Amino acid sequence: MGPDEMSVAPASTALRRTPLYAQHVARGAKMVPFAGYEMPVHYPPGILKEHLHTRGQAGLFDVSHMGQAMLIGPKHATTAAALEAMLPADICNLKPGQQRYSQLLNESGGIIDDLMVTRPNCENDDGRLLLIVNAARKEVDYAHIAAHLPAGVHLLPAAERALLALQGPAAARILGGLCPQAPRLGFMQAAGVRVGPVECHVSRSGYTGEDGFEISVAAEHAEALWRLLLKDEAVQPVGLGARDTLRLEAGLCLYGHDIDETTSPVEAALAWSLQKRRRSEGGFPGANRIRAELAGGPRRKRVGIRPNGRAPARDGTQILAPLGDELGVITSGGFGPSVGAPIAMGYVAADCAEVGAPVNLMVRGKALTATVAPLPFVPHRYARIR
Amino acid sequence: MVTDRFTKDHEWVRLDGGIATVGITDHAQQQLGDVVFVELPEVGRKVVATEAVAVVESVKAASDVFSPIAGEVMEINSDVVGRPALVNEDAEGKAWFFKLKVVDSVTLDTLMDRAAYEAFVKEGS
Repeated sequence: MGPDEMSVAPASTALRRTPLYAQHVARGAKMVPFAGYEMPVHYPPGILKEHLHTRGQAGLFDVSHMGQAMLIGPKHATTAAALEAMLPADICNLKPGQQRYSQLLNESGGIIDDLMVTRPNCENDDGRLLLIVNAARKEVDYAHIAAHLPAGVHLLPAAERALLALQGPAAARILGGLCPQAPRLGFMQAAGVRVGPVECHVSRSGYTGEDGFEISVAAEHAEALWRLLLKDEAVQPVGLGARDTLRLEAGLCLYGHDIDETTSPVEAALAWSLQKRRRSEGGFPGANRIRAELAGGPRRKRVGIRPNGRAPARDGTQILAPLGDELGVITSGGFGPSVGAPIAMGYVAADCAEVGAPVNLMVRGKALTATVAPLPFVPHRYARIR
Repeated sequence: MVTDRFTKDHEWVRLDGGIATVGITDHAQQQLGDVVFVELPEVGRKVVATEAVAVVESVKAASDVFSPIAGEVMEINSDVVGRPALVNEDAEGKAWFFKLKVVDSVTLDTLMDRAAYEAFVKEGS
């Protein structure tokens, strides 16, 4: 057997732990280094069962490694305008309690990170926005944001908070039993609520394609909330391994793989997250490139790919045209447990990006046939309310 | 006489007469997790010891399987190709990968017996 899988990574003293570390170990999780944290990759049932359990009932994820920060200004219009200078989403018109997915952009329109932006649902306009960014990018993001803020608006990282995700078709019933307001939230809506006795900030969102919630909680209450949610028999803890297969089936991007500082939101098939006002007004980094790509089409495009055989094609696999021309590269790939077959995403030249187009994947020196496929691989089941 | 030997790369080899049966160990399947794909060598292929001859993929990652011994592939287990999860169920039994007609068993002496392999696994964990 190859050494990559079997070698045990040396214990590093520099690795950080989330407030739920002891809970993971107590449940027999396999802990691995991820983005500077010791995180559970799976629990005793394993990735396949955890994945299927999430799609069938509900999975509970510890995603406390992600960066949570508050952007604070005098009023919403000021804070929103400051953030809009760094990303292409409409933040000014976010309603209280509304959440939006966006991308921090560099000057050439490449993606520094992707993030969630939430306007809290306070009665008074307190000028605050909640940001959730990727674990591996938080230092880069925070430095970038801080360097680009105008006077009067500042960034406050909330390192003392944990983040739990409850995902799956049973999530609304389960959380509703502890928090009656939660099931009344629509997809991408958020509210400050109590879950049982615990003060939380809940949004109806996630990274699995299922209905579900992300729950931000003070670190000292994370264990209590974790145990409370696991009291329901339909809930099982799910590790980062299944989180990755779930998001791949849902066609969602993983930073550093499917998107990075060279890919634009249009190339990444994320143009849906650029609202109309921003497209027409511009005023975000890389607006020239991005507006040109919106008008004339990008040079390359992120697409879904289904290998025709059973062999998975992993990240880094070369994609060729049937006649051998280089088309691009796989950026995420593996086995889709709910699809029951290998699935992948990658970039191909725009003229070969049509669904149904035949391609070859170079796996271990052999050209395996595959087909450009629609995304997502598994239909999203988000809760559209109102 | 049947002899079981184990490699540091977590393959097992069972020598019975001049025929060696090869698979991955139960410890290996536990570490890999859910196996979703197995690729085996072609019958008739001549392999040398430590040559990468098969591939086993779990949900997480792909791993090469190295032949512990030199020989010619005389049979492959189509059951594991058709149902890779068999590796998780019975790695050291029904989920054997391939059989070799042994041409040189000298490398067998460098491999571990079960007790030594179990100690090796314990040491690594």
